Formats: sequence, structure tokens, C-alpha cells
Amino acid sequence: MMLQETDGERLLVAVRRLLEAKGIASTAEIAERIAVTDRASPGQGARMVARAWTDPDYRALMVEDGSKAAEMLGIPMRGMPPLGVLQNAPGLHHLVVCTLCSCYPRAVLGYPPYWFKSAGYRARAVRDPRGLIAEWGTVLPDDTKVTVVDSTADYRWMVLPLRPPGTEDWTETQLAAIVREGDMIGVTVPKLS
Amino acid sequence: MATFAPGTRVRVRNDWPEARGPAHIRTPHYVRGAQGTVVRALGAFKNPEDLAFARPAPPRALYHVRFDPEPIWHDGRKGNDLLVEIFEQWLEPA
Repeated sequence: MMLQETDGERLLVAVRRLLEAKGIASTAEIAERIAVTDRASPGQGARMVARAWTDPDYRALMVEDGSKAAEMLGIPMRGMPPLGVLQNAPGLHHLVVCTLCSCYPRAVLGYPPYWFKSAGYRARAVRDPRGLIAEWGTVLPDDTKVTVVDSTADYRWMVLPLRPPGTEDWTETQLAAIVREGDMIGVTVPKLS
Repeated sequence: MATFAPGTRVRVRNDWPEARGPAHIRTPHYVRGAQGTVVRALGAFKNPEDLAFARPAPPRALYHVRFDPEPIWHDGRKGNDLLVEIFEQWLEPA
């Protein structure tokens, strides 16, 4: 016997049956999308960042067309919103927020962290980005320009952070291992632990 | 499709459709009436204002628009930027 303990689960079963019955999405398509969603994690974005740090051609492509760059590394982008990449530079830092809801580049970063959806983060990111990211211990030089990117519509945005000094002879795999979720949102910057 | 070229000074319409009835709007409150600069055209996307109500939703041009946050928040901080995606129907030449 299948236990259907909550209204939510009963609703889910009903909606899935209707999607199938109306020919909108098959069981196999739903299973495939669940598998793709489960595989998506910050590790995917980190692989892109590490490739960009070591391959100037890839960096150029990533800044031009994030979706194409993701697909080149085998990250499924079909049916996902287009991905835009915000390139940090000496003197320029980006911070991503969605003030209206919780738009997030899930294909390359997975599920958003809980605080990304909080009213506090969303309100403060646009008004006081420096004060906000200082709470992560991120203190930028005074003359660094901060560009806050409010993800309000059909694009999804990730930050391409600066490669930290001291990693000059590192492999792509080593580099990918130090890139965290927050580095690609812009609340932190990559650091050697 | 896009009528505003990069570099064009634009103003976000100071309009509040949500005060007139049910509405789904992707233009944040804090930029309504603000002036900014078109950075790039991002392509055309089905109009979310119609899509949200299951109405026919023709594609509309979407822009990345750069704003100076200081005149929005009046916090005296200089040299920072706000980049916001704004649909063409919300923009007029400044």
C-alpha cells in the first residue's frame, strides 16, 4: 500500500497523473528532469569557473554565452533560462540578488541557499551590498566598484570570481575544489583554506 | 526587435498597475521613475505580465539597464552600480 500522508503528496500525484493524461509531460520526462535537478550543484558552476581561470578562450565564451559554456562542460541547459556570467575584475565586484522572488541559476548552482530567498538578503543586497557581504567576512577595497545585479526577469546570473593569488601552478580540478556557492553569488570571494 | 541601443539614456515608467488591479510585474518598485542607461539587449521573452494570467503573451524585448543607486537610496555612496533586467514596455527615452 502506498502511503499518502499529506495533502501536498496527494496533490503531487494528481498533478502528475493529469500531466501524463493530457500529454504535457510523460513519467519518463519528469523522472529525467528530477535526475537533472538532483545533479545540479555548485560543483557544476565551480567547474566552469576553474576552466575559465585556465583557458582564456573558454573564459571569452563563458562571458559571451553562459549557457553555451555550461553545455560545453556537459551541464544540461535544455529548457533552462539563459545563463549570464558577470566577470569580476580588479576593482570590480558583482553581487547577485533577486529582489522580487528567488530567481537563481539552478542549472549550474543547484538549489539556492535558504538565505538567498530571505526578505532580509533581498532588501539589503540592493541597498547596502558592502555592509551585507561584510557579514560573510568579505571586505572589499574601498575603491572597488560594487555592481549589484537584480535578477528580475528571464536571465539567470552567476559571478565569475577572481582567481586567488597563490594558485598559479594549480590544476583545473584543484581550482574547482576551492570555488564555493557564495563565490558565484558574490557574497564571498575564493580563498585558499 | 530591440528599439533602444546600448548607451541610450532611459527612464523607467513611473507606473503602478498593481494599484489598479491584479498584476504580475517584473519591474521592481525601487526603479520606477528612475533614470538609467541601456547596457545591452538581452533578447525577447514572452511578456510575464500576460504569461502569469495565462493570456497570449507576445515576446517583448528585454534589456539590461544600469542605474546609479545613489539617487534611488540617497545614501551618499558614489561609484556603485545596479544592473536590472527591464522589459521594453517599461522604458521611455530620458
